[in-house]
Amino acid sequence: MLLEVRNLTVRFGSKTVVDSVSFDLEASSRLGIIGESGSGKTLTTLAIIGLLPETAKVSGSVTFEGKELIGLADRDFSAIRGNRIGMVFQEPLTALNPLMRVGKQIAQPLRNHQGVTLKEGLKRAMELCARVGLPDPDRIIRSYPHQLSGGQRQRIGLAIALACSPALLIADEPTTALDVTVQKEVLSLMNSLVAEEGSSLIFVSHDLPVVASITERVAVMQNGEIVELASVNSMFQDASHEYSRKLIQAARTSDAEFGHFTESPSA
Amino acid sequence: MSLILETRGLSRIFSLPRAGFGKERAVRRAVVDVNLKVEEGARLGIVGESGSGKTTLAKLLLGLDTPSEGEVRFRGQAIPLEDMHSFRRQVQVVFQDPRSSLNPRMRVGDIVREPLECLNVTEDHDTRIIEVITEVGLPKDLVQRFPHELSGGQRQRVAIARALAPRPKVLIADEPVSALDVLVRDEILSLLADLTTNLGLTLILISHDLSVVARLCDDVVVMQHGTAVEKGKTMDVFRAPRHEFTKRLITAVPRLPGTK
Amino acid sequence: MMWNRNLLIGASLVGFNVLVAMLSLVWTPYDPLEIEPALSLTRPSTAHLLGTDENGRDILSNLIVGSRATLITGVMAVVICMVVGVTVGIATSVSPRWIESPAIFGIDIVLALPTVLFAIVLAAVYGPSTITAIFAIGIALSASVAQVTRREVNVVLTSDYVTAARASGSSTRRVIRRHILPNIRASLFVQASGACAVAILAESTLSYLGLGTTPPAPSWGRMMASLQQFLLIDPIFPLWPGLAIVITVLGFNLLGDGLREVLDPTLRESKH
Repeated sequence: MLLEVRNLTVRFGSKTVVDSVSFDLEASSRLGIIGESGSGKTLTTLAIIGLLPETAKVSGSVTFEGKELIGLADRDFSAIRGNRIGMVFQEPLTALNPLMRVGKQIAQPLRNHQGVTLKEGLKRAMELCARVGLPDPDRIIRSYPHQLSGGQRQRIGLAIALACSPALLIADEPTTALDVTVQKEVLSLMNSLVAEEGSSLIFVSHDLPVVASITERVAVMQNGEIVELASVNSMFQDASHEYSRKLIQAARTSDAEFGHFTESPSA
Repeated sequence: MSLILETRGLSRIFSLPRAGFGKERAVRRAVVDVNLKVEEGARLGIVGESGSGKTTLAKLLLGLDTPSEGEVRFRGQAIPLEDMHSFRRQVQVVFQDPRSSLNPRMRVGDIVREPLECLNVTEDHDTRIIEVITEVGLPKDLVQRFPHELSGGQRQRVAIARALAPRPKVLIADEPVSALDVLVRDEILSLLADLTTNLGLTLILISHDLSVVARLCDDVVVMQHGTAVEKGKTMDVFRAPRHEFTKRLITAVPRLPGTK
Repeated sequence: MMWNRNLLIGASLVGFNVLVAMLSLVWTPYDPLEIEPALSLTRPSTAHLLGTDENGRDILSNLIVGSRATLITGVMAVVICMVVGVTVGIATSVSPRWIESPAIFGIDIVLALPTVLFAIVLAAVYGPSTITAIFAIGIALSASVAQVTRREVNVVLTSDYVTAARASGSSTRRVIRRHILPNIRASLFVQASGACAVAILAESTLSYLGLGTTPPAPSWGRMMASLQQFLLIDPIFPLWPGLAIVITVLGFNLLGDGLREVLDPTLRESKH
């Protein structure tokens, strides 16, 4: 078992924002976390990689590759982040350092964790750029984030997250800020990269069809709790929780309306 | 059916700050030569990605921005009209983000009152406010609250109430549900659909989300880089898209498992 | 309203200052202007708690009365700089480019000139006094108030609710009254308290240079100037007015910081 989360609870003062969350994740498998704003989905992932603010009180257990992550010293966590666990965020513009050329940012995890030189790191960065489908890697690695488009920036984000071939990739709403045509490309890219690397994936989103297209299992979160945890297929066939049913119904309605227009009439 | 809103050769070009001495000013062509014909009672969807010019187009239709070329006509007359108040009473707007479209320091009642006061609406304001608040499905006592005390869906309903207060004929909705949670989106879209039917409104819905447009609009215009690349009945355009970009947009929409 | 440490300390210090100033109107330990050459430069004692200056005048009494000049100059200068600064800030933000550009240039120029320069010019024309100091400080500070106000106003002007107001037929005047002013109010409070601190420091500097409150009216800055020459006899003499200035300025700064903490988070408070 790659990741075991048991009764993960996060509190801010008297407010419980993540309530007894538990799930398992095997190696090379994928889990989607679905929820609306305020459901605690992002805080759950932040708790896993130890990036919660100081004021947060965390309890429970998170075991990754046999090691307990809750309460792990920041120094030890730094060895894991970017190395064994990669993370992709929603807003590529704010997740990238605006003052550093992109190539250097991709090289950073390689230099931190694998001790390569800057020159070697930039060479690897170019390879990674090609892998994430960016044309003209030579020009790209010398660019600054603001010189690239949203889709390109998100591909860079992926390159950075996957630089050290992590065992687990956590993606928090990675395509929400992108145009729908770009979203499709980036999702497809994530799909193939994760498969190639054999990494596991935790994909967090509010968008059910998107999550369903890239993961096999889904956890539905509401008010900090996981209200349902099931495979995508069984959830769509027969969701057990009221809230999941509502989400699926809403997704079905939009999908049906859209499908009504785009599917060719039979006969 | 009469043409209520029309654009002829509408263009809006923004000139950007000069890059340096002696260099030419760069331009951003936000809207390029757009020709639209909107019949009274129609439901038109304007679809496009970010940077397609859809919000600029909305502002031009509302007379909140001046075109660089071409014109916007309301009932055959080019705007700006002599009596802009009359125009604004008839053409109203709902914006995307209810968190930023409501003045955080104004109470709900005052927010909805504003168009009534500014546009010299003759009917009794207090009565009209209660009427329209109820029409959008909100309880009467909400008029005393401030926006930050309401949920996202409630705020958007207030924004809709404000738009409907002067009894407009045309409602322009710019990404009305994009900033809302999935379940709330459904409620607001239903509300918009009902109101449009019951009040006989002409609806111009701007969205990047094709399923939203599919749900509410009979006609659609697809925009890319400021140009209208395809126009027609929603059913026809989505079923048999002709332009390359439209085809890409349609195939890019994430579908549920078990569908084509 | 949430109290925080800065607000508490700042408000206490400023409050203390105001009380002392009001006290000075009815009572001081001694007449600050009474000269007693025999008691020149005595160290603090039970008779004179902070000692006496070179003319035998009681330092404590002078400090107490001096607080009046300081506060009045500070407050009046702030009134001027806020009124002028906010008006210019708002007016230029809603004006067309051909008015706005030269105005920005003008603000930049005023910003670049030191307060002292204004004071010197006014003093040269009208003779130095509390009034010239007030105007000099007021004008000099108005430039930065205008700049900050412009930034805040721009945030409001580009927001959706102002666009919505225009779509509702609001005139520019109405937008200013109902949308801009209420939403920059918090920042104005913060700016005003910060400006107070700067104004008080400026007043002390000007009177130190002889460009402010004229003798015999007590003024902390001037006290520092005259007592400074006796630094080598005993450093404690110029210490008192210096300390008074520091504590007052600190009080206003903390008040400004405390207000910012209280008013800003409330603005961002929202329910999902």
